[in-house]
Parts: sequence; structure tokens; C-alpha cells
Amino acid sequence: MPLTTTRTILSAAALVFLTSGLGRAVSALPESQDQKSTVATPAQRGAYLVRAMGCNDCHTPWKLGPKGPEPDMSRELSGHPADLVMPPAPKLSGPWTWSGGVTNTAFAGPWGTSFTANLTPDAETGLGKWTAETFIAALRTGRHEGKGRPLLPPMPWPMIRTLTDEDLRAVFAYLQSLPPIRNRVPAPVDPEDQQ
Amino acid sequence: MTRQRASVACLALLLMAGRQQQPPLVAAPASHDAALPLHLAGTGLFAADGSGAIARENRPFSPQYPLWTDGASKRRWIHLPPGTTIDATNPRQWEFPVGTRLWKEFSFNGRPVETRLLWKASDAGWLAGSYVWNQEGVDAVLADSDGVAGAAEIAPGKQHNIPSRSDCAACHGEARRPLGFNPLQLSDDRDPNAIHGEPITADMVTLKTLFDETLLTGADPAMRRTPPRIAGDPLTRAVLGYMAGNCGACHNGDGQIAAELPSFSYPDVLSAGEIVRHLIGRPSRWQAKGRAEGTLLIDPASPESSAVLLRMSSRRPSSQMPPLGTLLQDREAIERIRRWIGNR
Repeated sequence: MPLTTTRTILSAAALVFLTSGLGRAVSALPESQDQKSTVATPAQRGAYLVRAMGCNDCHTPWKLGPKGPEPDMSRELSGHPADLVMPPAPKLSGPWTWSGGVTNTAFAGPWGTSFTANLTPDAETGLGKWTAETFIAALRTGRHEGKGRPLLPPMPWPMIRTLTDEDLRAVFAYLQSLPPIRNRVPAPVDPEDQQ
Repeated sequence: MTRQRASVACLALLLMAGRQQQPPLVAAPASHDAALPLHLAGTGLFAADGSGAIARENRPFSPQYPLWTDGASKRRWIHLPPGTTIDATNPRQWEFPVGTRLWKEFSFNGRPVETRLLWKASDAGWLAGSYVWNQEGVDAVLADSDGVAGAAEIAPGKQHNIPSRSDCAACHGEARRPLGFNPLQLSDDRDPNAIHGEPITADMVTLKTLFDETLLTGADPAMRRTPPRIAGDPLTRAVLGYMAGNCGACHNGDGQIAAELPSFSYPDVLSAGEIVRHLIGRPSRWQAKGRAEGTLLIDPASPESSAVLLRMSSRRPSSQMPPLGTLLQDREAIERIRRWIGNR
């Protein structure tokens, strides 16, 4: 890979976090100007909430677009790409405690390495077999399916759990309306296995 | 250097927000648990004479297949308001009368550490909370909704953690339903080989007690003549009973998990043959470390490679089973289940 390309990608990765908040605001802007049109159905309200809460920041792989890093909406909310096999996380020292991958879908820190989930309704690799109740339970408890392993950082479930049932159902309705994308996200890596 | 370490620790804690930080609930249903009394003494567990004895109207019981909690010894009681009955029409889910309370006391090294309460305070549902005992064992106070870390040492370097309210929901569901009070757990055809089986005493409530005292309505009368019993040889009976008590709260035929494992909840668990057929040689979706997807749930040719045993043996949050409530391996259960898999 040419050095310039490598640098560009690295710059893009670094920019991802810096721009994600801005990207969130920009992507939500058109809808927030016309609330009525965004809340007509649960799925439409869910779409609004997904954009406003920045779900795409981590659950949609990022790419380098003409204006800089941006979510690759052709893979909307499909989680960490299975074909992007991550090498062991870099060793950090001093005040550096965590790191993120170039697609903004893989994160390493004291919790190990976490990969963002496929939220599309693919039956085998996404939320296709989930119900709204399962989805709500997961976000209320911070556990997979509301009863399994803990959801790992940086998933901000303690914030999302404060949404009403109605809003969580709307988010789920929107996720279920997406085209299913087959993408089996890797299992998280325990801290003991990171090296 | 110390400052640097402190900064690292602070940042790590922030990044672990998913586990460590639980801001005040705004819309979560658990907020109604704030209605619980502040002290255990206010829940009606004890006699009014101040002796600390359990009130007579609170009846002890002991599920035949107890949940493993790192070796805690447990005592349990149920209170049914006078004149009320349990609606047992649906054997999968008994409906308890308003006013029902269940307590479970957890002790480590002979000291009570916490007493959990489920209280059906109204038709709206159950309240759930845990009361933390002081060192002297004379008072127990309602735990914070985030739980209490480090409540008691259970092994060198390991501390028992009192669960958060959201972890209560992980097992008991948002409805906070009782789990260990059902026909199989109270059956008078008690399994003498139950893993961690506890002695039963004459004053304990069993299924027969409930029938004799007409505390059930709508129950299948056949259960009185033939109390529930898991089919199969003694080891199969004990192993599936253990799974009913330790796995059946989640592996109950509901949700995506239903597609992965059979239901171990009552009454499904009584059909041992069906469950065993489902488990043997069936691939798991769980990805064991260093192995391709497809680890067999139980592999009689190699019990140690079975996903069931690997996950029971793990005590890492990402892979352990059950996923919460224990920090230590249940060695007795692991050994019995290893033997059972090898005999298949």
C-alpha cells in the first residue's frame, strides 16, 4: 500500500472520533427541522432516534468519503465487518487506555476487545430472531438478550436504557425495517487473550 | 507515577461505563422498587417480639435443585396472605396472590450477607430488592439499585457482589417473577442425588403441603398422586435437575436462546430423552477461544470439549455460564456433568 494512502486512512481513523459528534448532528438536522414528518410511524421515529443518538457512529463501518470519513451506509448498522480481521490491539501506556479500529467498529481497552453488533434483521447474524421485548431487555439490563454476557464498552447502554419503552420499540421497529445484511461479527476478546 | 496510575484508573472506569455507571432511571420500570422498606425488619420477615426469629406465618421451603451461588448456604421463606391461594392453572407460571412475599437469605462462612425479597405488592407486579446485613448480623438495609460490590469474601481475592436491580431482571425478567417455587422444585418425589441438594425439614412447604392445605387452585390433581420427577437414570435425573435450577431461568424456550438450547424449565425438563437428543452432537453458535464456530454442545467423545462444560468451567464474563451470579467454578457440578457426558 502506498505510504500516502496509509497516512490518509490513518488520518481518517483519527478523524472519526473527532467528527462523529458533528456527523451525528448533521445527519439528524434535516429531520429535526420537520418533526412531524419524522414521527409518523414507529419506524420513522426510530430512524430519527438512531440518527440523533449516533448509533451509526459505531454500528456502521466507516469509510473514507469525498468529504472525509463517513459511515458506509451501504452497510448500515451491520456492525464490525467479519472480513476485517483485527490484529492484536496495540499495547498502550501512560495515559492512553483505549484504542479504536479504522472502521470505528472495533475497540480495545481494559475490557478486552469489543466489536459492534450487527443490528440488521439478518436471522443468523443480526437481530432477525429478536423480539422488541428482547431488545428492550438487552438495553435495560446491559446484557446480551437481556440475560447473557455483559454489553461491553463503549456501548452507552446506561444512557439508552433511560428511553421509554415506546422509544425503544420505535428504534427496534426501524432496525427491523433495514435490509438484512449477513455479517457475523467476531466474539469479543477477553483482556487475558489480547496479547 | 501514582498520579498517572490514578488517571489510568479513572479513565478505565469511565470507559467501563457500561458496567460501572448507572445513572438514575427515568423510564425504567425498576424505579417502582423504591417502594420497598428501607430495613429488612420492615418487610415482615421477623416475629413482632423483636427476638429476630422468623415470623410463624412465613413458611420455609427448599427447592430440590438449588441455584449455585459460589457455595452460599441459603434459607428461604414464603408468605401467602391468609385466605389466599396460588393459581396453579398454568403449570409453567403459577400466579401468586397480591401480598405474597418470598425471601432468600445468602450466607458465606456462616455469616448472613444478604437477604433478597420478592414482594407482589399489587396487581401491577412484583417488587424486588436485596437487604445487606451488617457485620454483626443484627440489621439488614436495602441495597442501592446499582448493587454492592465486595459484600463478603468468598475465596482468596474473590468477593461476593450483591446484584444490581437490572441484574435481578436478567434472571427474574422485568416482571420479577419467582423462580424456585414450582411443582418440580417442591416435588415430594425428591431427588436424593441432587447436586448441592439440601436437607428438607418437617416444617418446610412442599407440593403436598400446598395440596393438603388447599393453597392451590386449578392445579392438575394428578400431580398430587404423582409428583413431578425428571425421567431417566439417577445421573441424568440429577444433571437435568441441576440444569433446571441453574439454567432454566433463561433456557426456557423463549427468545433466540430457544433456538440454541432446549428448554430446561419445568415442565419441559421432565422429558429427559428429548433434551438429551437435542444436546448430543449439536453445534453451538458460541465461538470457543481458538476454535472454529461449531463447538458441539455436548461431545461424548470429548466431554472437556463440550460447549456446555467449557462455559460452565469459564468464569470470564464473556463466556461463563450462568452469565451472572457466580465468580467461582461449581466443581462438583462440573465433575458430575463431565461424567454424564462421557456416559452418553
